[in-house]
This record gives sequence, structure tokens and C-alpha cells, in this order.
Amino acid sequence: MDKVNRLEGPAGPRPKKAFSGRNIMLYGTLIMVSLYYLLPLYVMVVTSLKGMPEIRLGNIFSPPMEVTFKPWVKAWSEACTGLNCEGLSRGFWNSVRITVPSVIISIAIASVNGYALANWRFKGADIFFTILIFGAFIPYQVMLYPIVILLREIGLYGGLPGLVIVHSIFGMPILTLLFRNYFSSLPEELFKAARVDGARFWGIYFRIMLPMSLPIFVVAMILQVTGIWNDFLFGVVYTRPEYYPMTVQLNNIVNSVQGVKEYNVNMAATILTGLVPLVIYFVSGKLFVRGIAAGAVKG
Amino acid sequence: MQNARPNQLFRNMTAKIAAIPMILTALCVFVGGTVWTIVYSFTSSKLLPRAKFVGFDQYERLWSTSRWTVSLENLFIYGLCSLVLSLIIGFLLASLLDQKIRFENTFRSILLYPFALSFIVTGLVWQWILNPEFGVQSVVRGAGWIGFSFNPLYDSELVIYGVLIAGLWQGSGLIMVLMLAGMRGIDQDIWKASRVDGIPMWKTYILIIIPMMRPVFITTLVIIASGIVKVYDLVVAQTGGGPGISSEVPAKYVYDYMFQGQNLGQGFAASTMMLLAVLIVVIPWAYLEFGSKNRG
Amino acid sequence: MKTHKNSVEIRGLDLRFGHVEVLKNLNLDVNDGEFLVLLGSSGCGKSTLLNCIAGLLEVTAGQIFIKEKNVTWAEPSDRGIGMVFQSYALYPQMTVEGNLSFGLKNQKLPKPEIAKRVARAAEILQIESLLKRKPGALSGGQRQRVAIGRALVRDVDVFLFDEPLSNLDAKLRADLRVELKQLHGRLKNTMIYVTHDQIEAMTLADRIAIMKDGLIEQLDTPNNIYNRPVNKYVAGFIGSPSMNFLEGTLEGNSFKFADHSINLDGYEFTRQNQSGGVSFGIRPEHVLTGDAVSDAVFSTAVQVQVIEPLGSDTLALAELAGAKFWIRLDGEASVAVGETLTVGLRPERASLFLHSDELRV
Repeated sequence: MDKVNRLEGPAGPRPKKAFSGRNIMLYGTLIMVSLYYLLPLYVMVVTSLKGMPEIRLGNIFSPPMEVTFKPWVKAWSEACTGLNCEGLSRGFWNSVRITVPSVIISIAIASVNGYALANWRFKGADIFFTILIFGAFIPYQVMLYPIVILLREIGLYGGLPGLVIVHSIFGMPILTLLFRNYFSSLPEELFKAARVDGARFWGIYFRIMLPMSLPIFVVAMILQVTGIWNDFLFGVVYTRPEYYPMTVQLNNIVNSVQGVKEYNVNMAATILTGLVPLVIYFVSGKLFVRGIAAGAVKG
Repeated sequence: MQNARPNQLFRNMTAKIAAIPMILTALCVFVGGTVWTIVYSFTSSKLLPRAKFVGFDQYERLWSTSRWTVSLENLFIYGLCSLVLSLIIGFLLASLLDQKIRFENTFRSILLYPFALSFIVTGLVWQWILNPEFGVQSVVRGAGWIGFSFNPLYDSELVIYGVLIAGLWQGSGLIMVLMLAGMRGIDQDIWKASRVDGIPMWKTYILIIIPMMRPVFITTLVIIASGIVKVYDLVVAQTGGGPGISSEVPAKYVYDYMFQGQNLGQGFAASTMMLLAVLIVVIPWAYLEFGSKNRG
Repeated sequence: MKTHKNSVEIRGLDLRFGHVEVLKNLNLDVNDGEFLVLLGSSGCGKSTLLNCIAGLLEVTAGQIFIKEKNVTWAEPSDRGIGMVFQSYALYPQMTVEGNLSFGLKNQKLPKPEIAKRVARAAEILQIESLLKRKPGALSGGQRQRVAIGRALVRDVDVFLFDEPLSNLDAKLRADLRVELKQLHGRLKNTMIYVTHDQIEAMTLADRIAIMKDGLIEQLDTPNNIYNRPVNKYVAGFIGSPSMNFLEGTLEGNSFKFADHSINLDGYEFTRQNQSGGVSFGIRPEHVLTGDAVSDAVFSTAVQVQVIEPLGSDTLALAELAGAKFWIRLDGEASVAVGETLTVGLRPERASLFLHSDELRV
């Protein structure tokens, strides 16, 4: 009988190869893909830091030989749209004045709606909610003109308040869904306990629900800030040129047919417009992912 | 009886009052606005809406306009390609990120950041990268390949694929995140079981994981599809519909006729057609998704 | 017209969700100061009934009285009830003190009064040292104490408990059970307690209401429920392992099954002169073994198939007349699988149920 020598053979942790073929493939692919996704951002930045002569000479991928911030200054305060040469700054401030109230109003309305739907189920609520969700799928184009008429009737067509209303309306389906689902996921017994304790609709909302829901409010905020900031269609339809949001103004600057094309200024303007959502995106990290996942999967 | 039964209408009164914005939006804007547009698509409205009904005239004119048929054709190509490609790309990227890799968050952040940008920004960047004089084409030629030609934005046959490149760059990260969430939602014991059974990983993905992710795929499909119909900003920024009319899309057709061509009736008819297209996608999905829940 | 004062009175209560009838024409009287347990398996409607009493669910028909006052349409907070939930339902962002005083603040009570009540409840439940903490920093047992405290400070007549101990581990559950019983002895409030745990029900209750499919099957003292179940469902539901049933026929004064016959002298008939198919129910602990068999009017030999030693006693599974037959033996008893055991039955401890209506004979 052969005796097996138990001291030989595998023992302890299995050795791992840091550079296995699989890992090289995996990380190699990921890095290549990442570079591709980063490329446009890189091109934007380097182009915006070059002077026009350098751009004309050649390679859009090469780093600037001479870094200049003039295009940024010009994009911000001098670039022309038509006859107006105030730069993007006006669009920026318009966007701020549109985004801030729109985000606050839409979240306030939607969170109360979601709370009413989740905890105070009343007759007919489901019907309206279903219509609202279906509304999220209706192409905006179908509702564009009727809203023009509505806004004109109440005298808000063309200005900022009208656009704020429009954003609040179109943010409602997805935000209401977001809040409804969140409030439904909170233990129902908490709501019952609060009712036994004598709290009513607003009491429960402000004292019990709000303090428990900070994360979802942040998610909703991210969702709305980026969504409203990036909007183009509503801005161009519902505001007069002097109230155009940043995206509309950017497009008008870059795609204007007059004058010589200044690509470095255009790219600086493009980055400036993308900066707000990008900063929010990189700062908020996982919450952003949660927001779009919640918004998209359910919507 | 000691106290009268409260009127049904006034029960939960505060909740009902709080829901008024939702009810108004649902009824006035979503239902009312849609019905209004459909009704007025049968009128001869020009600069202002006028209730002068002309039957299907606007639709006849719409379908005989080459700009509309080109728009539809573009939407079809763009839609089909971006549907198939973004699902494939999204799924592949998600399965790469699902390998318990290091720096997962970094990779995910990089792949998703374009989604945070406006379509206008995306369109302008890719317009610049694909610029024939300075962009990819000139870089490759400058590197020695003189005959190289890659100029999609100024080629009426290829321009919609140029838009597609930008659209995929922006949107595929979202699909990846959704797919990844779907994969993470799958019971980890499935992986353990397939490892014990000795099934190779790619086979597990194709035979087990993808079928289990069916609901995620369907939902993603609906999201992409309903997003495609709305595509507008990207085209406006990247090509402006050109060269000529070769990259027009329906949403742009609607806007141009409503607000620039002063031909409201055409805009209404075109937008009604868009609604129809969305309903064809959404209704079967809603039926599958919610109809079955009501029954079960 | 009422002869004695009821604390909670329920008249013809119906509750429907769409087409599903959850509670069907339910009537229930709870005496002042009584500890009533609603017991049943999940989905029997016991929690639903409790939520109706609390006013958290809208009833479809019927009336609810608390302390002689019709509260059918009253708000939960106006009914004079306090409620303790299974998941504790403590407000996570408030301290223990905040949790206890939230309801009182909503009642707009003066501050000194609130402080007094909170202090008293904290003292009774021995949670004074926890008042400044948040629920997240408490153990399960402490959380449940705070939840009870929240009901306590309301100074109400009726306490409602919705499976308050089910989220706790076995040891804590036993401890808190004793505390609850002591609390009831001290406060003498009416308490309505929902549970699916028989032991909780038997140990705590003055009376138990066994519920099934939205109906109360039997409402009686724990002793009567255990020893004189009114129907086969109750008999089988209470007790673990559950009652053994021998299927046979009732002929005159004897029960015939397989080829045996048991003389029923000594059995207390609820209904006279019945005959036909019956189930003969006998609890495992009422099966006689060893020397005691000689007292039995009927004895037979069975073969032991499975043994479950529990320490304090030993359960043996056998087969009698084609049905499973559990026997509870002394913990010291030495039996082995395959052994033959002589068992004896006494009609005094048995319960007979007619096959036709499953009710006690």
C-alpha cells in the first residue's frame, strides 16, 4: 500500500497571479474603453486652452503648446449670439434663476404628492397617478403648444416664471414616483404610530417623514438640477431670447453662421455649460447613480 | 348613532388638497394637452390655432413631404442602431464591471459621466471631433495616411451615424448602470451554483443571467425607445439637420413647423404621429408589466 | 340595556378589501381591565381587527365602542387607545424622550404635565437612563420597552398590542412576557393583544379569542380553550404537538374505531344523543403510559417510530389506527425506536367532534 504523503501538495491560500491573462484582458479592455469615454472631455479642455493659430495648425488631440485662458474669458463675457455680445454669463445666470426655483417647487410638490399617494390612499388617487406616469412617456412635442396657450392665458409666456412652471410640471411624474416608492418603503407602522399619537397630514409629513427622507431628497435634487440645467427644448420654446438658458445660448453661440468660427471659444463655452452637471455628478457619486437608476428603471 | 358619518368627499381632505397639483397636471396638461393637440391636428391652423376642420389633410401633406419621410427614416436607423448597440455595449460593460474588479467606482464614473451632460454639449463636442478639417480625419491624415476619409457629418448618407456615435457615447453609460443593477439584483447563489457545476462564466451569462434579467432588458428597452422618439437637442447641436435635410428627425420637424414655419397644423399632425409611435411601444409594455400584476 | 360595563365592544363588524372579506359580521365584548388575546395563524384577520379597533383601518360595516362611546368614525388619536407595534415603530430621528412625548405634544398638553407622564412611564418601564438616546442606539428589548412606554404615557383605558414580542429572540421574549403580565397586574388597563404564539396567549390572557378566516372560533379562558375546545380547528390549533385524532363512529355511549371500541362513561357531553362519524381527540400529554395504563378504560399497544427528547419530557411518535399518534412521556422515560408501548386512553380527557359539523359533541 502506498501511503499518501500528506505534507506535499496544495496547502494554505491558493497563490494568485496578479497578471493573469484574464486580468490583463479585463483591465486592458476597461482602460481602453475608459480612454474612449474620456476623449471628448480631453479634447474639449485642450482645445479651449489653445490659441486659434495653434488649432489651425493641426492636431486636436495634442496638448496645447502655449496655454491661454483667453478663450474662457471670451466665452464667458464676450461671445456673440446674433447682435448681442455679452457672452455666456447671461445664460448662466438665467439658468440659475430657472433651475433653483424649479428644483425647489417641483420637489416640494412631488414629495407631498408622493406622500399622499403612499400613505393616504384616497379614492381615485391611483387613476391620476397612472395618468401622470403615462404622461412621462408622452413626447413633449404633443404638449408643447397647449402649454404655450396656457402660459399666454396667465401672462407668463416668454419669461422665467413660465419656464419654472413648465419644469415643475414635467418633473412631476418621475419625482412623484420616486417619492411615492420611497415613502411606501418606510415601515407603515411608523405612520400608524404617528396617527395614534394624534399627528395629522402635515404633522406626519414634517415631523416624521421629512427627517427620515434626506437621502431621497438629495437624489431628487441631483436628478432635477442636472435635468433642468441640461434642458434645451423648453428653454427655446417658452422663453424670449433675453431669458434663454445657458444651453440655448451655447448652441446659438457655437452654431451661429456669422463671423469666423473660434473653436477654442466654442469649446470653452461648451465646457462652461457642462461644468455644473459635471461637478454635481462627480461630487454626488453614488447618489447620482441611485437617482438615475430609480428614475429610469421605474419611469 | 352618536356622530354623523363624515362625508366621503371630505375624508382625507388635506391629502386631496395636497394632491391638487398632481391632479391638475394629469388632467389639464397631460390629458387635456394631448387631446387638444390631436383635435387641432385636423384643422388648417397656420400662425394661430383655428378650429377650421379639414379632415386628414394635414396628415396627407405630412406623408407627402420628403422632409418628414427622411426624418422618419433617420429616426428608424438611429433608433434601431442605438437600441441594439447600446444594449450590447451596456451589457458588455456591465459584465466587465461585474467581475469584482478594483476601482469599480472609478470606471463606472468614467463610463457614466457623459450622461450628466446636456445633449447640446455632447452634440457640440462630437461636431468638433468629427470636424473634417481639424478632427479625427485630419489627425489620421496628418499621421501619414493621406487617403483616409472619415467625414460623417458632411456626408448625407452617413450623417445619422455621426449622430449615433455621439448618442451612444452619452447614453450607453446609463444602460450599463441599469444592467449592472440588474446583475447585482440576481441571487449570488446562482453564481455559486454555476461554479460548483463547473459552467464557464460566459455560458452562465448567456444561458442563465440574461434570461433572468428579462424584466431589466424590457424596461431598458422601453426607456431607450421612448428616449429615441424624443431625440432633438442632439441633432440641433451637432448637425442642425444638415447637410440639407439629411439628418432631420421628427421632433425637429414638429418644432420647426410649430414655431418657425408658422404652420401649426403640420406640427400638430407630426406630433400626433410621434405620440402614436410611443404608444405602440409603451402600451404592450405597460400591459405586460402592470396588467399581469393586477391579475396575480 | 347592557348588564355590565364593557371596555371595548364590537358589533357586527365587516371589513372588505374589494371582494375579499377579511372580517365577517364580527362581535366581541372585552371587559374592563381584561387581558384579551387574539390568537390565530397568519391571515386570520387578527391584526386587521386590531387595526380596526385602533381606527387605522376603515370598517365596511358595523360599530366599535370604546368605553361606551361610539368611536367607529373617530380618529385613532381620539379613541382613548395606545398601541404597541411589532416593529416598535419608534421615530428614528427623535430621542426616547421625544418618542414618548410626541403624542402628548400633539394633544397640546402643558409641558410640566408631559414631563410628569414621561417620567412616570420611564420609571415603570425602567428606561430612565435611556431617555436621551435615539432608538438606533437601543437593543431590541429596550426599544420594545420604549414602544410600550409610548402607549403608557397616553394615559388611556385600552392598550392594543400588535405582536409586540415577535421580533425579539426567545429568551428576551420570555422575560418581557413576564414583565407585561406584571404591568397588567399593576395598571389594570384593558389590553388587547394580537399574537400567533400560543405560549404568549396561554400565559398572558384572561381570555383568548381564536380567530380563523375573519371569524372568532372560540372566546374563552385559556383553560377552557385548552381542555374543552368547541371545534376541531381550535382543538388542533392549540397545543404542541397538536391533539391526536382517531377517526371512527359514535354509537350510543361508545366510540368505535378500527376494530376497537371505547366506552365513553365519564365524557362530558356538550350535545346529547348524537351519533355518526366523529373524531376522537386526545392530547399527547393525556395519553397514559406505564403504570397509569391500568386506570384507563381502553388500552392498546403501539410501536414507537420516532423519539424527540426535549429534556423536560420526551415525545414519541407512533401510529394508531392508521393515523399519527403523539405521546408525551416523562423526560426520564427510556424508550427506543421500534419498541412497543402500551398506551391507555381516558374519555374524561378526550374531545369528540362530529364529522358533519366539526363541532364538539
